[in-house]
Amino acid sequence: MEEHEIVIGLEVHAELLTESKMFCGCSTKFGSAPNTQICPVCAGLPGTLPVINGKAVELALKAAIALKCRPASFSRFARKHYFYPDLPKNFQISQFEEPLAEGGYLSIEGRTIRIKRIHMEEDAGKLLHSEDEGSFSSVDLNRSCVPLIEIVTEPDIRSSFEAEKFLASIKRILEYLEVSDCNMEEGSLRCDANISVRKKGDEAFGVKTEIKNMNSFKAVRKALDYEARRQISQLKKGEKLRQETRLWNDGLQITEGMRSKEEAHDYRYFPEPDLVPFTVDSSWTERITAMVGELPVQRKERFIKDYSLSDYDAEVLTAGKDTADYFEKCAAGYPNPKLLANWIMGDIAALLKSHKTDICDSPVGPESLVRIASMIEEGKITGSIVKKALQESFDTGIAPEKIIAEKNLAQIHNEDRINAVIKETVEENPKAVQDYKNGKEQAVSFLIGQIMRKTSGQANPAILKKNLLEYLKEIK
Amino acid sequence: MDILKLTAWQLKELLAKKEISCVEAVKLLLAAIEKKDKSLHSYLYLNPGVIEDAKKVDKKIASGGRLGYLEGVPVAVKDNICIKNMPATCASRMLENFYPPYDATVIEKLKQSGALIIGKTNMDEFAFGSSTESSAFGPTRNPFDEMRVPGGSSGGSASAAGANLCFGALGSDTGGSIRQPAAFCGVVGLKPTYGRVSRYGLIAFASSLDQIGPITKDVRDACMLMNVISGRDEKDSTSVEIKIPDYTDFLKDDIKGLRVGIPEEYFASGIEEPVKNRVMEAIRLIEKQGAEVKRISLPHTKYGIAVYYILATAEASSNLARFDGVKYGFRTGNYKNLREMYMNTRGEGFGAEAKRRIILGTYVLSSGYYDAYYIKAQKVRALIRKDFTEAFKEADVIITPTAPELPFKLGEKKEDPIKMYLSDIFTANVNLAGLPAMSIPAGFVSSLPAGLQIIAPHFREEKIIETAYTIEQSLKGGISG
Repeated sequence: MEEHEIVIGLEVHAELLTESKMFCGCSTKFGSAPNTQICPVCAGLPGTLPVINGKAVELALKAAIALKCRPASFSRFARKHYFYPDLPKNFQISQFEEPLAEGGYLSIEGRTIRIKRIHMEEDAGKLLHSEDEGSFSSVDLNRSCVPLIEIVTEPDIRSSFEAEKFLASIKRILEYLEVSDCNMEEGSLRCDANISVRKKGDEAFGVKTEIKNMNSFKAVRKALDYEARRQISQLKKGEKLRQETRLWNDGLQITEGMRSKEEAHDYRYFPEPDLVPFTVDSSWTERITAMVGELPVQRKERFIKDYSLSDYDAEVLTAGKDTADYFEKCAAGYPNPKLLANWIMGDIAALLKSHKTDICDSPVGPESLVRIASMIEEGKITGSIVKKALQESFDTGIAPEKIIAEKNLAQIHNEDRINAVIKETVEENPKAVQDYKNGKEQAVSFLIGQIMRKTSGQANPAILKKNLLEYLKEIK
Repeated sequence: MDILKLTAWQLKELLAKKEISCVEAVKLLLAAIEKKDKSLHSYLYLNPGVIEDAKKVDKKIASGGRLGYLEGVPVAVKDNICIKNMPATCASRMLENFYPPYDATVIEKLKQSGALIIGKTNMDEFAFGSSTESSAFGPTRNPFDEMRVPGGSSGGSASAAGANLCFGALGSDTGGSIRQPAAFCGVVGLKPTYGRVSRYGLIAFASSLDQIGPITKDVRDACMLMNVISGRDEKDSTSVEIKIPDYTDFLKDDIKGLRVGIPEEYFASGIEEPVKNRVMEAIRLIEKQGAEVKRISLPHTKYGIAVYYILATAEASSNLARFDGVKYGFRTGNYKNLREMYMNTRGEGFGAEAKRRIILGTYVLSSGYYDAYYIKAQKVRALIRKDFTEAFKEADVIITPTAPELPFKLGEKKEDPIKMYLSDIFTANVNLAGLPAMSIPAGFVSSLPAGLQIIAPHFREEKIIETAYTIEQSLKGGISG
């Protein structure tokens, strides 16, 4: 394997998050009953005409600008012809010679993957095959005409690992910009790959195959690994490779030949005469650039720099725009970002998940978290109290600081009260005291735990530990 | 008074004055169709609800309700324009059972204007032809001589108008399909500027060339139909937002100083001498009335037919791809798998001319040929357009014969597609340039009508109307016939 280099280019399809379809007003909602979201236009009835959905163009431009592509000064749609029952007009309105944008890039762990082009197109419908072999198939056109972008890379990817990373990164950007929900299971993110191998140091590319039908990130990695091994072993046997399209068989974990280059479709592209060409002028580009703003990668870098967060923390906090916004609102009001990050990524994340709540709708708003963090730092409350208050806040919707105030959960600072509990606990646990005397440090933790339980977690931990150790010394 | 010989605007006045009821007019029309259309075959379908519709119009008139612009006027519609719950066959077996679930934009507008739909008219299959002989349901005949063709592809609409079997009709024009049959049937036919009338609901032949337009008994009726059907439609991205005048304002018998261009290329070889003479006589008539007639040149004219048949068939092959037996229309009974279903459905459903054009169009779009044919043709199309732009610097309108010949006999050209294609020689370039053009009667030759064509710059239909109206009024005295 070592003497060969793997060369991969990806074609990534993402469904755009528009309310209505690419060329008509039908809903794009996923999962409705078959053929309930169709009209004469997306059903391709004779006499109908497409009309471009401006929102789709805007979302496609957001993706293009985020991926550093140049929006075209002249762009238009083209018809791509092939016969298949899920394609009601037997041509797909796509783009060919004049795509929306060209010439971008995306960096993956220091390596630059060039993006050749981004274009828009309409999705096809779906075929539902009946269970009985050979009886009939039905066509569902709900997906027909749903807007897609296709992102095509140059052959710059050098491993299946890198391909997967690239895909994950694209997914993150498109989700972050709300361009696509990138759900591979629902088919809103799809990926085909062109792959070839060559001797290390060779300039010329080897014979490539196109791999289709990879329905998960894992499938992409596995299919590319398999295909690279297959090509290399064939070359090693001295056999020639065929330029062809192959399908990934997820059950068998192999790629299978589908059609050769000679059998490839002649799509007979020509400019779509029912739509007028359009221009993306500089003011439009500027407006979209402003909308795109800071990307997750850039924001992550800034979080590491400005808030001294670890790579991991910054990555998690910037994975979603809402989480990153939440963190920054908190950080604006509180000087210890690491503590905030811990709470957001720990308890708050868990509670959001268990309560199926978006961070924007969290009962614990940024002000609440700042308030609580300050109380911890001032020694007014303990972490375990906060945990309780957060839980209750999510259960009731009441702000946690209010719960703490109302239930009088603030910490006990009164040393007499704490000392009384220490004395009582030590007397009840002679074995732990004996262990401590024998040098077992963890006995102290046990005793602290017991005392905390007795004080419902309200004892100030610093005072408690200091006084407990002094008391233990005294009774030596 | 023969009610059926009235124009649409005359009928409208009589209806409003209650001199005749709408039901009466419609019944007379249906009786005439019953009698004459057995042999003419202008109609493929008659609207079974038209008498009911007429009754509603009469009620409205009786009750003094506000009347629409074309209230009660029965109009025929070419069978490639969709009307909800009426068949739209395109004169093809392929769509024999196709009932569109929606109205074309022009139909919505017609209905809003109060016009009645009398029925759907015959045509060349998918508008592929110049004689209406390629209809899968049999040819239409010329009202002036039933041994002759009415022209095409809107032969049914033109024949119905020429035989007084409607009070106006809609046709579609991709390379001459309104104008040439209008010329053959002695009526007025206008192909509007590309983008003036919405194509939504017109079953496409060649999207970049198709326009819907009126076929009427006189110029005023054409103006009135245009007033109803014109305008930007948000469902058609190629329709244009340009202010529409009231076209009837230009029905003025005054063309002093109008600069009329006569392109030498349109009067050269290949044109029947008597046709040429009729057109020249009409030109002399308006010259007498003060028009300034000048010879001009449109040097790329000769490439028009070649360019047209490359581009039109390319688009047609794409537009007709959807007819596959999967969703609607004809499906073969003879198949074992998907591929056979496609092949046999299309093999059995399309007629010979449709197949010829699909094959031609598929060929010119194929990889390896695309640049040599499609791209090259687009470049020449730009030159043809430029010819007109240059010509309109020195002329307000251009006048040519509509067709190079008089109505020819049925069967005369049916087996010779090239000969048939040459029938569009004076009309196709206008579509390539996207210009408006009208054919009006220019008198008769041995009882057969000849037509002349008036071409104007983009969105200047009113220039055509001024010229056409003047010629129409001048010829009323009759040059010959």
